[in-house]
Amino acid sequence: MASSSEFSPTGRRYAPGTPTGFRLWWHRHRLTIIPYFYIAPFFILFAIFLAWPVVRSFYLSFHKQQGISTPTFIALDNYINLVADPRFKQSLLNTTVYALGSLFVQIPLAFILAAVVNSKLVPWANAKSFYRLSYFVPLLTSAVIASLMFSILYDYNSGLINSYLVRLFGEEAKVGWVRNASVVKVSIILLLVWRFTGINSLYFVAGLQNIPKELEEAASIDGANWWQVLIGITIPLMRPVILFVTVTAINGSYQIFAEPYLLTGGGPRDQSLSIVQYLYNTGFSYFNLGYASAIGYTLVTIIVILAILNLRFFGAFREDQ
Amino acid sequence: MTTTVQTTPASGPRYSGIQIRNGALVSLANFFLLIGVLLAAVPFIYMISASFKPQNEIFTFPVQIIPKEPFFDNYTTLIGETLYLRWFLNTAIVAVGRTSLSLLLCMLAGFAFAKYDFPFRRVLFVMVLASFTLPFEVVLIPLYTMMVRLGWLNTYWVLIVPFAASAFGIFLARQYALALPTELMEAARIDGSSELGIFFRIAIPNLRPALAVMGIIFFQASWNDFLWPLIVLNDSTMYVINLALPTLRGPYGDQYGLVLGGAVIAVIPIIIIFFAMQRYFIEGIMAGALKG
Repeated sequence: MASSSEFSPTGRRYAPGTPTGFRLWWHRHRLTIIPYFYIAPFFILFAIFLAWPVVRSFYLSFHKQQGISTPTFIALDNYINLVADPRFKQSLLNTTVYALGSLFVQIPLAFILAAVVNSKLVPWANAKSFYRLSYFVPLLTSAVIASLMFSILYDYNSGLINSYLVRLFGEEAKVGWVRNASVVKVSIILLLVWRFTGINSLYFVAGLQNIPKELEEAASIDGANWWQVLIGITIPLMRPVILFVTVTAINGSYQIFAEPYLLTGGGPRDQSLSIVQYLYNTGFSYFNLGYASAIGYTLVTIIVILAILNLRFFGAFREDQ
Repeated sequence: MTTTVQTTPASGPRYSGIQIRNGALVSLANFFLLIGVLLAAVPFIYMISASFKPQNEIFTFPVQIIPKEPFFDNYTTLIGETLYLRWFLNTAIVAVGRTSLSLLLCMLAGFAFAKYDFPFRRVLFVMVLASFTLPFEVVLIPLYTMMVRLGWLNTYWVLIVPFAASAFGIFLARQYALALPTELMEAARIDGSSELGIFFRIAIPNLRPALAVMGIIFFQASWNDFLWPLIVLNDSTMYVINLALPTLRGPYGDQYGLVLGGAVIAVIPIIIIFFAMQRYFIEGIMAGALKG
């Protein structure tokens, strides 16, 4: 098929290895042309199903479109309405609380677990791998299955958690996990901690194993205590992993949908409503497509700003990164 | 401080340097770690155990992990009286379809980005990488409108095609293909192999681990998807499992036996993949860290 054939399409005989015309051109350029055929299927789908909708959504966010009506240009009205929208503000607050939950509960917990498992506090190699393996268990479920499981555990009258609380502390210790407005966010954070602490811990374990043992040992021989080793050596060397885990956790928290949607439906009184669920309700229950697109772009802006802040905070632009 | 407590079993690892100073501390740490393991496992065990109980026993307290007598009605009802088998089949078709298509697209493109030099290579690749940062929700509205226009609602296409071009997939594929020795390709070229022949006979066989890792990532993502099916499917015969499970709770939302049985069956394929391909499964999960 390539240059090895000795015959041109007209049947004229050429000396082997001397293609002419199109074949010569093809022979010279095929290595820069073929890759375009390889990337074309990907980029065609990419353009249709990602790039175009991204642009279209941006366009729609400056328009009013109700259902299948023609979009009418309203400039920044969607965004201005969004700033004043109490439901949006509530969903932004809730989602931020979820993100703070992963930042200040889940990630430190994951780090401690990883540090302990990786330390001499767990001296047995098979115990180390047992702990690591058990971190995977929650990852085998989907958000939907995890939410359904937790809705049973959280059941007010007979759920496992309240049953134990009643047994230990009496009837008034019952908690309205999914019906008490001031508790729902905690319930959802607990579910997220259950689902994601393990995976983050695995990332930390992998990072800790890359730190040369000699460094930490040299420091402790020089008289540094465990706290000084942690602050002075371990955490600085773990910076890329911590950055990755933080960015992923914040991204994930701001995009949360299934857990509050299935556990509480966003309630009570919108106290667990997430941004994505508000987008979903706006777009697919009220068919307010322009407004929903504006919510989408606000979400993008938030995520990008937080990612940049994170990069700055962890100094990822430095040379050694 | 000088008393060293020997806690290592004879077969355990020998570690040099500082010995464990405090056996009590070791016990305490492991005690808390075991509680953590228990907490991670409890919802899972509870789910399996409750799926073998009749509705009125699910909530009995104290919990009996092993049901008094195993009760299979949840499973027989699920298979006999609901569309569960159909939903399972739908989920499987979509997951296999999306995985195969994604693998082909991403391997071809990733291979091209890694092993060929062509104009705009960098720009095009950076464009793909930039799309990483975009949350999927931003395209939800226009993508849905497009699906309506295409008449794709309640089809398999709607779940397979729009997400086949995975940016993360192409990134991983390129990463793996970079490690492929270029000499191998040169040799094949001299032997008269076509470029497509090089891809199928040299790249693909040598990138089997990459195929496994990416395949697991794509399969799991598709199997666990919820938001997109929720939007584009409303015909219950086309439901995927994740969409169907919450509806099994019944009109009062309390038929948990069926839900849990359905959830247990839904987790089985993922568990099988986990145990059969543990190395690749873990690598796939850790591959996420490559992004950072």
